[in-house]
Amino acid sequence: MIPIVINNLKKSYGAVQAVKGVSFEVEVGEVFGLIGPDGAGKTTIIRTLVSLLDPDEGEIIFMGKNVIGNTKFVRSNIGYMPQRFSLYRDLTVEENLRFFGDLFKVSTDVQDKLMKKLYAFSKLAPFKNRRAEALSGGMKQKLALSCMLMHQPKVIVLDEPTFGVDPVSRSEFWDILKSLAHEGTSVLVSTAYMDEAELCDKIALMFQGNFLALDKPDKLLQSYEFPLYLIETDQVHTAYNKLYKLEEFSDCNLFGNGLHVSDKNNYGEAGIKGILDKKQVEYKSVHRIEADLEDIFLKLIKDGSETSGREQR
Amino acid sequence: MNQILLSIIKKEFWHILRDPQTLVIILLMPILMLFLFGYAITLEMKDITTVIIDHSKTPHSRQFIEKIRSTDFFNITGFNIPESQIEDIFFRRQARCVLVIPSDFASDLQTEMRTKIQLIIDASDPNAANFINNYFAQLSMRYNNENNPRLAMPFSVEPRIFYNPDLKSDYFFVPGLIAVLILLISALLTSIAIVREKEIGTMEQILVSPVHPVQIIIGKVIPYTILGFIDSILILLVGHFWFGVPVIGSIVFLLFALVIYILTGLSFGLMISTITDSQQMAMMAALLSTILPTIMLSGFIFPIKSMPLIFQYVSKIVPATHFLEIIRGIMLKGNTLLDLKVQLGYLFGLAGLLILVSVRKFSTKLE
Repeated sequence: MIPIVINNLKKSYGAVQAVKGVSFEVEVGEVFGLIGPDGAGKTTIIRTLVSLLDPDEGEIIFMGKNVIGNTKFVRSNIGYMPQRFSLYRDLTVEENLRFFGDLFKVSTDVQDKLMKKLYAFSKLAPFKNRRAEALSGGMKQKLALSCMLMHQPKVIVLDEPTFGVDPVSRSEFWDILKSLAHEGTSVLVSTAYMDEAELCDKIALMFQGNFLALDKPDKLLQSYEFPLYLIETDQVHTAYNKLYKLEEFSDCNLFGNGLHVSDKNNYGEAGIKGILDKKQVEYKSVHRIEADLEDIFLKLIKDGSETSGREQR
Repeated sequence: MNQILLSIIKKEFWHILRDPQTLVIILLMPILMLFLFGYAITLEMKDITTVIIDHSKTPHSRQFIEKIRSTDFFNITGFNIPESQIEDIFFRRQARCVLVIPSDFASDLQTEMRTKIQLIIDASDPNAANFINNYFAQLSMRYNNENNPRLAMPFSVEPRIFYNPDLKSDYFFVPGLIAVLILLISALLTSIAIVREKEIGTMEQILVSPVHPVQIIIGKVIPYTILGFIDSILILLVGHFWFGVPVIGSIVFLLFALVIYILTGLSFGLMISTITDSQQMAMMAALLSTILPTIMLSGFIFPIKSMPLIFQYVSKIVPATHFLEIIRGIMLKGNTLLDLKVQLGYLFGLAGLLILVSVRKFSTKLE
């Protein structure tokens, strides 16, 4: 049985279409990532799945049952970690864990055993008598994850769990997620960080309520069809303004380390340098790089807007 | 007891106990307000500054003035000023009333049925003026009865005032204050307790669990019922031992009625929480919708029978109206619950209706 099946889900808030008909499945032991910027519709999908919102259209099947009409079943069996830190700040780490154990009617013996295990991976044991408000951002997220695991859900859903967390804690958090998946837990996670997308087994790139792509991260990486070059320069913005409209490059995007341009006509490094000189663009170096998910994402957004532009014409 | 319910109650107690500032406010505010009402805001009057102009200057007139001086209601601050200055005295607030005894006072008292004297009152505060007028009328009538040989009264009125023989306003305020404060605190606390969870996002987290709305609601109501109960006991203790308000009826009945009333307040707070999304909104809604109707429309200060008919009907759905009759009945008259069954019925009905509405309106979704 596939734990999560979503079919043509649509949801609007008034005139705003937040999710415009998406379909996907999350399989047993899989980490599925919903990747996209703020406002892409990630939270809406997650909230309809955990039955906090009713979909306008489409079908959501959780562990073989339709979410609509089986609210109690869904809420008792799913593990949900909302976007904001949603624990009780004035309760201690241990009190929070016990509270969520009690909410799911977990007996005290089982709670004791579980807490030992959860303390082991979260390393929160030394802080068990500290109030949640006094924890660091990374520890708060690990506590929230632990609270969600108190009823041992087979399926867990996390909405931007690493938002605003430092890089070390983020990678620790992902290690925990991966090991949970390894033990057979199905994980649906949303994030706006592209580096996290590559840690998922399968991802959906989301933009404005639509899926731009849905595949394994390495498959998506291979889908980039043109050679990609990095232009390093001190004047990135000037260079960008001169280059982004050129017919020679199908993609030209600003990155932290410089400009990424796609070489659809196979000019090669020397050819690109020639164009730069002709356009009087100053640069330090030009060299070939592998496309990452962000390049793919930007390319897909651009392709999408061009197609819809053509359709409108 | 049910594990979920128990854990919510326990958690709610932790919230209360770990916020000592709020707790102190909740426990001290009623006592402070009681002292404020008990001392500063009083309906009793005394020391009315009075000027007397005696044109008669006879033993009779001096005897009458002595009678006036012997009360602590009037405080004589001036004597025999020229009549042209009367308005000036009111203007400068040197006196609130002026008594003019005419020159034929003594002879009239002996020969006429009616003896004319004049009392000029500053009525910029009409209630006070009315009060002065009544008090003086009683005083002068008694004097006339005692001293006028021609006046053989066919009957005499001997007023006996029951339940509050000294007409102390504390007797009136203490039960009223309990009614106001308990409703305010219970409505305020519950509404904030639920809305706070919506605001900080914990509601979203606990909704995705097997918890039933009734468990959340009951789990919140029980701790605050206890807190409200402690508050009422504090007010009762101070009212009884400091202000000397008697409890003539059964204290058990009183406590029972209190619990019902607290529940009404809490269920009102619950209803507020289902229609507001921010703590600030909830606080404003609770303050406005409890304090105003309770003070204005419940008979706490203004008698219901003298309100326009529409407000008399409105007062029926103000919980304090019924609770005031209960608490005054038990404390001052010694009523039993059987005497108060109608009022108790109203309170039960209101509480039940409000809880029903809240449970139905309590949203387990985010929209």
